Amino acid sequence: MPSDASAALAPGRAPASAARSSSLRRFARRRSTVAFLMTLPLIAVIGGLVAWPASYAIYLATLNRRMTAFIGLENFDILLENETFRGVIWQSCFFAITAVLLKALIGFWLAHMLHHIPSKGQRKWRGMLLVPWVIPPALSTLGWWWMFEPSYSSINWLLNAFGGPSIPWLGEPWWARISVIIVNVWYGAPFFMIMYLAALKSVPDQLYEAAAIDGATGWQGLVHVTLPMMRNIISITVLFSLIVTFANYDIVRVLTNGGPRDLTHVFASYAFQVGVLSGNIPRGAAVSLFMFPLLAVVAFFVLRGVNRRQKEMA
Amino acid sequence: MAQVTLRRIVKEYEGGVQAVKGIDLDIADHEFVVLVGPSGCGKSTTLRMIAGLEEISAGDIAIGGALVNDIPPRDRDIAMVFQNYALYPHMTVYDNMAFGLMLRKFPKAEIDRRVKEAARILDIGMLLDRKPKALSGGQRQRVAMGRAIVRDPKVFLFAEPLSNLDAKLRVQMRTEIKKVHQTVKTTTIYVTHDQVEAMTLADRVVVMNHGVIEQVGPPQELYHNPATKFVAGFIGSPAMNFIPCRLEQSGSALQVQLPGGAALPVPQDRTARYQAHLGRELLFGIRPEHLTEVRPNDHRENMAVLEAVPEVVEPMGMETLAHFWIEGAEICARLDPATPAAPGRKLPLAADMAKMHLIDPKTNKVL
Repeated sequence: MPSDASAALAPGRAPASAARSSSLRRFARRRSTVAFLMTLPLIAVIGGLVAWPASYAIYLATLNRRMTAFIGLENFDILLENETFRGVIWQSCFFAITAVLLKALIGFWLAHMLHHIPSKGQRKWRGMLLVPWVIPPALSTLGWWWMFEPSYSSINWLLNAFGGPSIPWLGEPWWARISVIIVNVWYGAPFFMIMYLAALKSVPDQLYEAAAIDGATGWQGLVHVTLPMMRNIISITVLFSLIVTFANYDIVRVLTNGGPRDLTHVFASYAFQVGVLSGNIPRGAAVSLFMFPLLAVVAFFVLRGVNRRQKEMA
Repeated sequence: MAQVTLRRIVKEYEGGVQAVKGIDLDIADHEFVVLVGPSGCGKSTTLRMIAGLEEISAGDIAIGGALVNDIPPRDRDIAMVFQNYALYPHMTVYDNMAFGLMLRKFPKAEIDRRVKEAARILDIGMLLDRKPKALSGGQRQRVAMGRAIVRDPKVFLFAEPLSNLDAKLRVQMRTEIKKVHQTVKTTTIYVTHDQVEAMTLADRVVVMNHGVIEQVGPPQELYHNPATKFVAGFIGSPAMNFIPCRLEQSGSALQVQLPGGAALPVPQDRTARYQAHLGRELLFGIRPEHLTEVRPNDHRENMAVLEAVPEVVEPMGMETLAHFWIEGAEICARLDPATPAAPGRKLPLAADMAKMHLIDPKTNKVL
């Protein structure tokens, strides 16, 4: 009862306070106010778990190793001059882009195959193909590690059985890079598959029929109808996966721990190594901040395209 | 342009359900044929089989004299307009129309000429740069037709193209489709469940029911001389009235004895036709427009007077519909709006017996 309360507080100015309280009530009733109040918990969560840590990381990145003095952008300077870190930038980009491309291609291929299985058998296959995605990656990566491990490698055993040579999966830089990508693709492709399957199902059959009558072959239908109709989902899935893959930590940490010779480190695992294991928290923060501008630029362009198409098509 | 021939076409789905049960149909070059019938009668399936979107279980389909049973849709040289238009949402109107020609590798200049020409015919020249989302239902329908026209195919197929439009636009687009056919004269097969569309558009109407063709003929022929009870009841709105009756002798002529005592004389020229059915229980069919008010000094030939007590009266403006019941059969009469008809008040009605039909209830054939 705000009007009663304010009237009690200011008995001499009853009319003015009544007017104020009614405008207060109007304010509380406005849709935007209600919307703001209802999103407040989310804003608090984002503020506490995203905005604050991010600002704190920026602050940390400007401190010296002991965190006693402000040193501006010196941490970034030092990092950019460091050959290992330049390797991390290269490896992060190579890892993320290759893995996302492969995940997108394999996910699309799987989704297309699933889409054409009669719906009866589809659920069974969909469930099985989703398994890699639902196993905690730290655990499944451990499994992969066993399969790659030189002494007991089951993959090498298979290769040998077919007369092939043993491969130093985790010991040689290029094979280690490939191994990390294989595991990431194995883990992430089902996500693409499920997103693309949903997108495929949302394309009306009549568009394919119209295309077939217009003279399109299966391939032309795919290029001119399916892919353009899926563009938004493809863009958003790729963007989302790019962010997650860039920030990947567990697979690299479990499989190679950044080795051999720090050549398979990505931003997150290197930030952990520098910041936590070597005890240079400000520099670790600086490493992790390198991802931000890269991803922000990609996200800006992808989301702009998605918005434009949404307006034109939906 | 070409003729289309269907021979004993069957469509059987898994589990043995037959949607189309062996139909034969010959469609001439330049002809506008409408397949009409209630939902589930097999008309859309038939159209889709002609398009190649649905496999045929048995029989033969020929377009332009060439058997197309195993030829994919893209090689049948047909164009189709779908109920919900099926425009490519990511393409502009121009690209939607040009797509088929582009796939067939037409030169750019020719594509441009054809698209602009179709746009002119359909009056959508100013929409060419828009995406389908920015178009109204009627405009989308025009674009879908434009996409068919630019291809200059052997056959146009229309799958209930007006069903998604509002009533007013439907009438307008109906005229538009007729106009387009008069201009381009391509053989057209059109599917609808709306008998008014069928009557107004078709050179010949094919009435289908339960997967078989009930009757094929020009609209007027179907209206005046329906072959079966189904056709008699399906064509015409409001539908034909059916009253159980008994055919009796009255002197040298025949008469239709209705339940409730009324006896209506059968015109002399029908005596020979109906004689064999004397004494049988039949169905007397008469259209609402042939059951009208009795006018002063009404001396029309073959007119029989019937007393009725309307239970519902519906003034429509240009006419008034009066509904009454005879032995459980709902009867509708079309009255002049000036007729003082009121529910519960006795009303003498004039039945034009020259337009009567008698139906054998066993075979459902019109006698």
